[in-house]
Amino acid sequence: MTLQEKLALIVRDSRLSPKQKSNYLALEADSSLPYLSISEAVTQAKSTGIICDMFEGNAPFKPRYVLPDYAKFLQQGSDYLELQAAQDLDEALNALTIIYHHVPSVTNIPVYLGQLDEILMPFVDGLDEELIYRKIKLFWIMLDRTLPDAFMHVNIGPSDNIICRTILRVDAELKQIAPNLTFMYDPDITPDALLQVAASNICECSKPHIANYPIHKNAYDKQGFGIVSCYNSLPLAGGANTLVRLNLKEVALKADNIEGFFSQTLPHYCQLTYELIEARSKFLHQESHFFDSFLVKEGLIEEQRFAPMFGIYGMAEAVNILLGNPELSEVASEKPSKHYGHNKVANDLGHRISAALDSIVKSTPVTYGYHGRALLHSQGGISLDIDVTPGVRIPYGTEPDPISHIRALAAHHQYYTSGISDILTIDETVKSNPEAMYQLCKGALSLGFREFTANVASNDLVRVTGYMIKLSDIANFKQQGSRTNTTGLGAEAAANTGILNRKPRVTSHEQSPVYAK
Amino acid sequence: MSNRLSTLSKTASVNQIINFSCVDGPGSRLVIFLQGCNYNCKNCHNPHTIDRCDSCGDCIEHCPTQALIMTSTGGKNTIRWNSDLCSECDTCLAVCPRQSSPKTRKYNVDQLLEVIREQNPFISGITVSGGEASLQLHFVSALFQAIKTSDELQHLSCMIDSNGSLSELGWQKLLPYIDGAMIDLKAWQQETHRYITGRDNHKVFRSLKLLSQHNKLYEVRLLQIPGVTDFESEIDALASFLTQLPCETRIKLNAFQHHGVTGEALTWQTCSKDNIERLASQLTARGVKPIILPKVYI
Repeated sequence: MTLQEKLALIVRDSRLSPKQKSNYLALEADSSLPYLSISEAVTQAKSTGIICDMFEGNAPFKPRYVLPDYAKFLQQGSDYLELQAAQDLDEALNALTIIYHHVPSVTNIPVYLGQLDEILMPFVDGLDEELIYRKIKLFWIMLDRTLPDAFMHVNIGPSDNIICRTILRVDAELKQIAPNLTFMYDPDITPDALLQVAASNICECSKPHIANYPIHKNAYDKQGFGIVSCYNSLPLAGGANTLVRLNLKEVALKADNIEGFFSQTLPHYCQLTYELIEARSKFLHQESHFFDSFLVKEGLIEEQRFAPMFGIYGMAEAVNILLGNPELSEVASEKPSKHYGHNKVANDLGHRISAALDSIVKSTPVTYGYHGRALLHSQGGISLDIDVTPGVRIPYGTEPDPISHIRALAAHHQYYTSGISDILTIDETVKSNPEAMYQLCKGALSLGFREFTANVASNDLVRVTGYMIKLSDIANFKQQGSRTNTTGLGAEAAANTGILNRKPRVTSHEQSPVYAK
Repeated sequence: MSNRLSTLSKTASVNQIINFSCVDGPGSRLVIFLQGCNYNCKNCHNPHTIDRCDSCGDCIEHCPTQALIMTSTGGKNTIRWNSDLCSECDTCLAVCPRQSSPKTRKYNVDQLLEVIREQNPFISGITVSGGEASLQLHFVSALFQAIKTSDELQHLSCMIDSNGSLSELGWQKLLPYIDGAMIDLKAWQQETHRYITGRDNHKVFRSLKLLSQHNKLYEVRLLQIPGVTDFESEIDALASFLTQLPCETRIKLNAFQHHGVTGEALTWQTCSKDNIERLASQLTARGVKPIILPKVYI
C-alpha cells in the first residue's frame, strides 16, 4: 500500500474519532521520514524481527516516557503555563489537569501522572473525607474521559493516607480502564490493612499493581522513581529516551548450542541493540530540540535523568529452543514437563540468561543514560507479537499454579531495573476471598518480585500487559470503534495473541505502533 | 521422646497436595487431600479418593509410561508410583476395579511440615480434606499439633474439611488444634442422606452441634442437586436449624455439576444459577445468613 492510500484509509475510517485519526496520520508521517543512520547489520536484524524499535518513529522528537517532578511544579507554579503555586486542593487538581496536556510520551499523552497521594497530601488540611472523595472522584472521571489511554499511570503508597485510601475507594467504585494504578508496598511502612484494601481492589477490578517499594527505591538515587505506562520503573524527573527490544527467541534460533548462545550470539545481538539505542537517543538529545522545552527550563525534568530501556522478550521460547523442548501446548500444561516455567533445568537456564543480560547492560556505556547506562527491561510485548511470549513470562495457557508460577520467575526480578511484569491469572473464586490475593501478593514480594500483578478471571475489566481493557468494549469495538485508544489495541491483541483464551489472560502491549485496518 | 517417636511413625496416605486454593477456608490455603472415604456418595466428583488402593496390580500393565511398578518388601506387595514418569493420563483410575488411585504417597508428619514450610510465605493456613480426612484422625491431630507448637508455623490456621461422620470422641482429639471445620450436610432427611451417601446423617448433626458449641464451625456446605437433595422440600426445618448455628458460621451453597462424576449421578440434572439463587432466597427469607453462593457454574 502506498503512503497516500494508507492516509486515505485512515481519514475514511468510520471507527476512529478525529483525534485518533490525527494520531495515526502523524505516526504515518513520522514513519515516512528516512530512518536514522544505522549499519547494515542493524538494519538486517531489524527487518528480520530480532531487534525492534517499538515503532517509536523514524526520527524521534519526544522521549518514550517522561516523568515530571509534579511536586516541584505544584510548589513553584509555572511561568510557561502562567500558573501560580497551588494553594489548595482545587488549585492543585486544576494545575495538574493543565500540565498533563503538556507532557508528551510515545503515546502523545502523559504516561505518568505522579505520586498523587504524596503530592496532594499538603493540600488536604481542613477538608473532610466526603469532600475529598467528591473531588477525587471528579478528577478520576476527568482523567478517564480526557486522556483516553490506559498507559497513563498513577502511583500511590507506601504510606497510609487519606488520598491513597480515597483513590483506592474511587478506583474500585468506577472500574475505569484509566488511569492505570500502582500501589507501592513497603513492609516497614504500609499497614497490612491497607494492603488488604489494595488486594480487594484487585479482586474487584484487576487494579492496582503492587510494587515492591524497597527494591525499586534501592535501584535509584534519592530523587526517586516512578512507575509509568505498563510496568516501567524509571528515574523521577527523568524518563526513558527510547526503548529498543531484543527478541530472545530469534537470538536462540541463531545459536548452535547453549554455550554458543552465551559466548557469541547473545553478545553479538546485544551489541547491535546498543547501536540502535545510540542512534535513536542521539537524535532525540542532539537534533530534536526536545530538551529545550519548558519542562527542562523550569527544572521539572533533567536531561541526565533519561535512560534508554534495553528490552527483551521471548525468554520462554529461547529457553525451550536452547534445550530442544518441543512446543508446549495448552492441553499439556497440567502435566509434568521439561518446559520453561515447569522445570528446574529450564528455569535455571532462564535465570542464567537474565544474569548474562544484566551483566552486559551494567557494563556497557551509553552516551545518554542513567549514570551512563541503559536500564534492563522485561518487555511486555505488543499486539503484533505472534508466537512469542512477552518478557520472561510463562506462555499463555501453560502457566502452573500461582505459587509455582511465582517461584519459577522470582529470580528474574532482581535484574530488570526498569520493570518486569508477570501477570498471574487467578481463578475467580478468589473474589469471595480477597485475603487469598493479599497472602499471595505478600509471598511474591517476599520472594523478590518487583511488581505483583494479577488478573481475576471473569472480570470485565482485564489487563492487557499494563493497560486495562473492558471485554465488553472489545465486543463492541468491531462495530462501533471506541472512545478509548487502547481498546483497539486490546481488540487487536485479542485477535492476534489469544489473550482471551481458556484462562482469561493477558498479553503485553505498550503501544499500537501502526495503523491496521 | 516416646511421644516424638510415635508422631514420626505416623504416616498418612495422601492423594494430592494443592499449593494454592481460595475455596477451602479463609485466605490462601495449602490443601492436603487424604486418600480414603467412609461414604460412597453417588455424586462424588473424586471417586478415586474413596477406596484405598489394595495393590492388586491390575493397573500396572495399562500404564503407558511405566510409571507404576510393583515392589515387594517383607513379602508384602506394594505399588510404587513414579511421578516423574507419570503423564497424568489417568488410565490407572479408569481401569481400577475399586475405582481407587494408585498415585498416592505416604507422608509422615515431618515430611508434610517440610512441604508446609516451603509454602509458608504464600499461605494463610492448611486445610486437610479428602476423601474423608477424619479417617486419618491420629495423623491429622499430630500434624496440627506440630504446626501449632512450631514458632515458625503457628500463625497458620488449621482447618478440616469433613463429611461430619467423626465421633464426638474423635472431635475432642482435634478440637485443641483446629481453628475451624467445614462440614458437608448432604441432605436433611435420613432417607435422602442414605440414598446419596449410603450412610445415616445423625452423626453429622451431632458434629455440627458439637463444633458450633466450641465455636469451631467455620462453614456448613449444602450441595444442591435438583430433584435429589431435599433442601427445598424441607426448607423450613433446614432454615430453622441453620439459624440456630452461631451467626459467624458461613452457609455455603454449592451447585451440583457433572465434572468428575461417574455412574448414576451423571443422569441427574445439574444445578443452574437460577436454581441455587432460588434456594438462597428461600433461606434468606427465613433469616439464614451469611450465605455464600458459587462464583462459577462449570
